[in-house]
Amino acid sequence: MKRVNRKENKQERWQTKRAGGDFVDKLYAYRNLHAHALFSSLGRLVASRFSSAMTIVVLAIAISLSSGFYILVANLQQLAGNLEASNQISLFLKDEVSEARANKFADSIRKNPDIQDVKLITKEQALAEFQAYSGFSEAVKALKKNPLPAVIQVLPKNAFENEQALEVLLDDFKRTAEVDFAQMDMQWVKRLQSIMELARRGVTLLSLLLGIGVLFITANTIRLELHNRRDEVVIAKLVGATNGFICRPFLYSGFWIGFFSGVMAWFIVTIIMLFLKQSVENLSRLYDDSFHLLFLGFAETLSLLFISSVLGILGSWIVLHFQLRQLKPE
Amino acid sequence: MLQFDHVSMRYPAAGDVLRNVSFHLERGEMAFLTGHSGAGKSTLFKLIAVIERCSRGQVLLDGENLNQVKDRRIPFIRRKVGLIFQDYKLLQDRTVFDNVALPLVIAGYGHHEVARRVRAALDKVGLKNKEKKYPAVLSGGEQQRVGIARAVVNKPPLIVADEPTGNLDPELSAEIMHLFEQFQQVGVTVLIASHDISLITQMNHRILKLDHGQLVAS
Ligand SMILES: Nc1ncnc2c1ncn2[C@@H]1O[C@H](COP(=O)(O)OP(=O)(O)OP(=O)(O)O)[C@@H](O)[C@H]1O
Ligand SMILES: [Mg+2]
Repeated sequence: MKRVNRKENKQERWQTKRAGGDFVDKLYAYRNLHAHALFSSLGRLVASRFSSAMTIVVLAIAISLSSGFYILVANLQQLAGNLEASNQISLFLKDEVSEARANKFADSIRKNPDIQDVKLITKEQALAEFQAYSGFSEAVKALKKNPLPAVIQVLPKNAFENEQALEVLLDDFKRTAEVDFAQMDMQWVKRLQSIMELARRGVTLLSLLLGIGVLFITANTIRLELHNRRDEVVIAKLVGATNGFICRPFLYSGFWIGFFSGVMAWFIVTIIMLFLKQSVENLSRLYDDSFHLLFLGFAETLSLLFISSVLGILGSWIVLHFQLRQLKPE
Repeated sequence: MLQFDHVSMRYPAAGDVLRNVSFHLERGEMAFLTGHSGAGKSTLFKLIAVIERCSRGQVLLDGENLNQVKDRRIPFIRRKVGLIFQDYKLLQDRTVFDNVALPLVIAGYGHHEVARRVRAALDKVGLKNKEKKYPAVLSGGEQQRVGIARAVVNKPPLIVADEPTGNLDPELSAEIMHLFEQFQQVGVTVLIASHDISLITQMNHRILKLDHGQLVAS
């Protein structure tokens, strides 16, 4: 009995200072485990440079495709945003229509309850405006005859959102004797805007598809890694590794792969944008500098890196979830 | 510490590998497990490490019924059992040091503590100067001792060794057995499977004998 007691004391001494004794120890242990997983996964990524690099390049291209299209659409949108869409109709009057007759005609349009606003720009006003804004004032002075027609700008009520109703109105104006030519001013802007809307949805859809692609490419990479390290997983389990311990390095691998792909995708997009910058700016100068090329901004860069990292982690999680159970010591 | 209660183990392919095995190891006791090849020694060890669960009866470790433990609990049971395998089960692409360190890393020990304990364990098995070598360049006996160092580095209360001296010369075998006796001295429960009848009879510990899955002597 005494002998057993002595042994138990020794047993306790043998057992003291085990990890997880108290809270602080646990905290340290937890940190150690994470640090181990973080660096060992990074180390393995470096050790298998070639295959990791191939995976990362493939992922980076997929990610840069979707972020490239995103920034392209953002730029086009900025361009379209400068142009305000309205339903305004311009009626260019025939040359022989006198100013008085033009006024009368404008008044008659004003009476139409569907019309919100009517503005007459006489030939003289049009010329003055043109001289003021075009920079061709000298050339215009040299002209013997005012070449510009009088214009009536008609703004229909908002009820005319409907394209067809607008077309009918436009056709009515075209048939009027005074009118030489009638045009819906910003119709093309509206068309562009609906095309932009389509493009935006296209980008969302494309990103979704590419995102799923990225997810499965990562999953497959991790699956291979898991397969290659089968023995290690089994042995680790035998000496008391939890599933958490075994999963962690693979999740970190997924994270690194996603993160580095994101970084590389950022560089791909930015380098392409830098290539385009000069020619875009030249073009913009012709349009009084109203347009500047948009790059991936800070928030966009952050979300690019965040999303690609999350996809990497998710990809490896999927594999671990379905395959780890099959890796039993037996 | 370790109790087998009418334990039977049946593999669908091989039939009953263990039949109605009952024994009890006290804390700090050392015992040998012998029997012909295929008697079921390794299978018995698999039950202790919850690699398999028995078909009938119960295995109790520290009063805990291993048949009923949840999967999440298994790693923590394995940390209480220092397992030494017949085929070593070393990681070929890791150094001796890293192999021995694995249980400590898993338990979340810090660098310094890991290094200190690993060196102490390697010193105990006489491999102090081989820590940077890879298992492939070691002899069978040396690999066996790496496996032993890994099993004891975490100071488990129970050590279970499957043929730990299978590849060692008589002198080294005796030395390793004495090492296990030293662990026993500090209160560790030790169970060793061995064919080496002359060595184990000479050592004066309890002997459990399996014959076709039945315990014929204890
Ligand atoms: N996973 C398994 N599936 C089916 N049968 C098995 C399995 N593992 C072991 N067996 C059978 O169980 C019996 C006992 O095997 P075990 O490995 O326990 O013997 P042993 O006593 O360790 O032998 P040795 O001294 O040769 O190591 C053998 O007949 C073997 O064929
Ligand atoms: Mg065996």
